[in-house]
Amino acid sequence: MDIGARRSTFKFVLVVVGMFGFGFALVPMYNALCDAIGLNGKVKMQASVAEPVQVDTSRTVTVQFVTTVNGGRTWEFRAEEASVKVHPGEMRAVKFYARNTEGRDLIAQAVPNVAPMQAAKHMRKTDCFCFNQQPFAAGEEKHMPVVFMLDPALPKDVDTVTLSYTFFEVEQVAHQGAPAQPKI
Amino acid sequence: MAHHDHAHDDHAHDEHHGPEKGIMRWIKTTNHKDLGTLYLFFAFTMFFIGGLMSLVIRAELFHPGLQFVDPEFFNQMTTMHALVMIFGGVMPAWVGLANWMVPMMIGCSDLALPRINNWGFWILPFAFAMLLGTLFMEGGAPAGGWTMYPPLVLQTGNAFPFLIFAVHLMGVSSITGAINVAVTILNMRAPGMSLLKMPLFVWTWLITAYLLIAVMPVLAGAVTMLLTDKYFLTSFFTASGGGDPVMFQHIFWFFGHPEVYILILPAFGIVSTIIPTFARKALFGYDSMVYAVASIAFLSFIVWAHHMFTVGMPLAGELFFMFATMLIAVPTGVKVFNWVATMWKGSMTFESPMLFALAFVFLFTIGGFSGLMLAITPVDFQYHDTYFVVAHFHYVLVPGAVFAILAGVYYWIPKWTGRMYSEKWGKIHFWLSAIFINITFFPQHFAGLAGMQRRVPDYAVQFVDWNVWSTIGAFGFFLAQFIFIFNMLACCYGWFGRKQGLPDRVWEGAHGLEWTVPSPAPYHTFEVPPVISDNEVTAAHDSVDALDKHKLS
Ligand code: HEM
Ligand SMILES: [Cu+2]
Repeated sequence: MDIGARRSTFKFVLVVVGMFGFGFALVPMYNALCDAIGLNGKVKMQASVAEPVQVDTSRTVTVQFVTTVNGGRTWEFRAEEASVKVHPGEMRAVKFYARNTEGRDLIAQAVPNVAPMQAAKHMRKTDCFCFNQQPFAAGEEKHMPVVFMLDPALPKDVDTVTLSYTFFEVEQVAHQGAPAQPKI
Repeated sequence: MAHHDHAHDDHAHDEHHGPEKGIMRWIKTTNHKDLGTLYLFFAFTMFFIGGLMSLVIRAELFHPGLQFVDPEFFNQMTTMHALVMIFGGVMPAWVGLANWMVPMMIGCSDLALPRINNWGFWILPFAFAMLLGTLFMEGGAPAGGWTMYPPLVLQTGNAFPFLIFAVHLMGVSSITGAINVAVTILNMRAPGMSLLKMPLFVWTWLITAYLLIAVMPVLAGAVTMLLTDKYFLTSFFTASGGGDPVMFQHIFWFFGHPEVYILILPAFGIVSTIIPTFARKALFGYDSMVYAVASIAFLSFIVWAHHMFTVGMPLAGELFFMFATMLIAVPTGVKVFNWVATMWKGSMTFESPMLFALAFVFLFTIGGFSGLMLAITPVDFQYHDTYFVVAHFHYVLVPGAVFAILAGVYYWIPKWTGRMYSEKWGKIHFWLSAIFINITFFPQHFAGLAGMQRRVPDYAVQFVDWNVWSTIGAFGFFLAQFIFIFNMLACCYGWFGRKQGLPDRVWEGAHGLEWTVPSPAPYHTFEVPPVISDNEVTAAHDSVDALDKHKLS
């Protein structure tokens, strides 16, 4: 094999290695982009500081709640009110109801998401059951609080915001998505 | 093939002997022609297996309700069908054709890395044994779709690691193939064969090789992340651990859209070779063909999210990906225009390769148009994940890529075997294929527009007529391919009294170095670089002036 061929083989192998790395580099790039422009509707998992802001009574926004239990479980999980109407800047408390219908103790973690995605960074929560893991004894039920505010910078064309929660079993988090078989 | 007629036979060089005898010839071979043959036999075996799977799908969809298979198995069939056809059928067929033709077209004796070539091929049977083996496992084969979206794919049972490692192996195989072809083209062209004199099949393959080298590693990375998400506690795509399943779709389609051009660019090359031969004219707009392929390849990197319009993106993103996607229609249109212009006032004849090439131009364009419809973001919200998408990609893949593979095999089989195929059966094969493929896929446009979803084993009764036609077409198309198989095997083995003894230039209108060597092509060709006659090269160019210009630069 001549020098030229050897050299270009080497270059191509470098590109292959580089592109394999690039695939992984897409992960932080994507996350940074999402943080910057709220691309994936992710909301902060910690409490926001509740600075008082001017309530904008000229606007009313409907906030809808969606609840899902991951992996086709039978747990009961719902918002006590399906939707509420709020003014931007207004602090609002709502409750979610959950019951562990399985005959065993479990620990659950809720993961929130907001649609449309440009509303995500304007969703300020001072309290949420999703900030912590929630232990449930077999058959236990809970009424769990969420206290939130939509900040007045919410884009003008957004009149409905959907806040969704998905409950994952924590043990399942350890097993990364493979739904643990219910132990009967 | 013990006979060879090289002046320098006395070199006691391994490569200068004919092939070994028996099975070891094929296992140990580093000869580009042997490997080309192996790749093609492998690809057609996979087309057969993938075809059987598609028949299971079509049989189930003949009528609404569940009749033959349960939904889980149906999903295994759609997933495996796609993986087998794409990674086992079309891609190895292209590598096989490149193996055979690239060295003969640029005038070198073999690919640059012959041992890697052997490796690259022999990985494939293992990869597919692994993938197909999952059908017999507890829990069955992967069923989450060829796109392997999490979280669904993470629920795959025992088959999961086999799926991932099979994809890794396929990736390694196509990367080695791509590097080999690219290095050969860049370094081993016969003196005088400048880049802008290369036949278009060589050009399209060079660009395909670049695409493969750039995106196959990204796919490997994506499936590796799936693997660690499932077994090693990472959360790249797992929402419960802070990951994002949508990110997988971005990474996958960053690979996936260039991948669809990997499947089609060599087809452009073949059609650009065949049409001038049978129109007996130089290809119209050689240079613009090269630039068009290069710009399609470039654009293919910035349109991936058109597969994800419904997933949710900022408006600016939806608009960007819509317009970028539509932009691809411009260079594609240039190519179609050039093919038509090549035929304009040509003295055309309609041998089987030409028929398939013409059907390609016509039917691929239909697939391009439905692609444009899908590129319109607001309407894609209706079409996404319906049979309209199925119709679109099958038009570009079957009468597109597969017809071009068939055309290429018809075109070069006389050169490979020294025996002419039966033109009569070739024409029968063509007409049956062309008719049945349209019966199969045209109705799916309507079913999709009316709302029939893809990847579902049952459907609402109003779609029944479209599906009956589709199923009839699919069985007809499948059966018609046996005509081709027998016709080609008869050339390989001399069945039906087919004799060797064709002229070097099998097609009187054909140009290019491959037609200057004997038919069948000897085991070793161009061990001494050929002197490229201007006639052989200028024939590919519509403008001799343009050639002179390249000579100066
Ligand atoms: C003018 C050129 C093209 C345009 C504008 C186009 C556009 C699109 C769009 C927008 C989709 C996504 C539809 C949806 O899922 O809602 C799509 C899907 C697809 N296209 Fe194309 N396309 C073009 C050419 C091609 C070519 C040349 C191929 C392959 C040879 C191809 C193969 C596919 C495949 C396989 C899918 C479906 C992927 C999946 O969901 O499994 N397309 N195309
Ligand atoms: Cu695409």
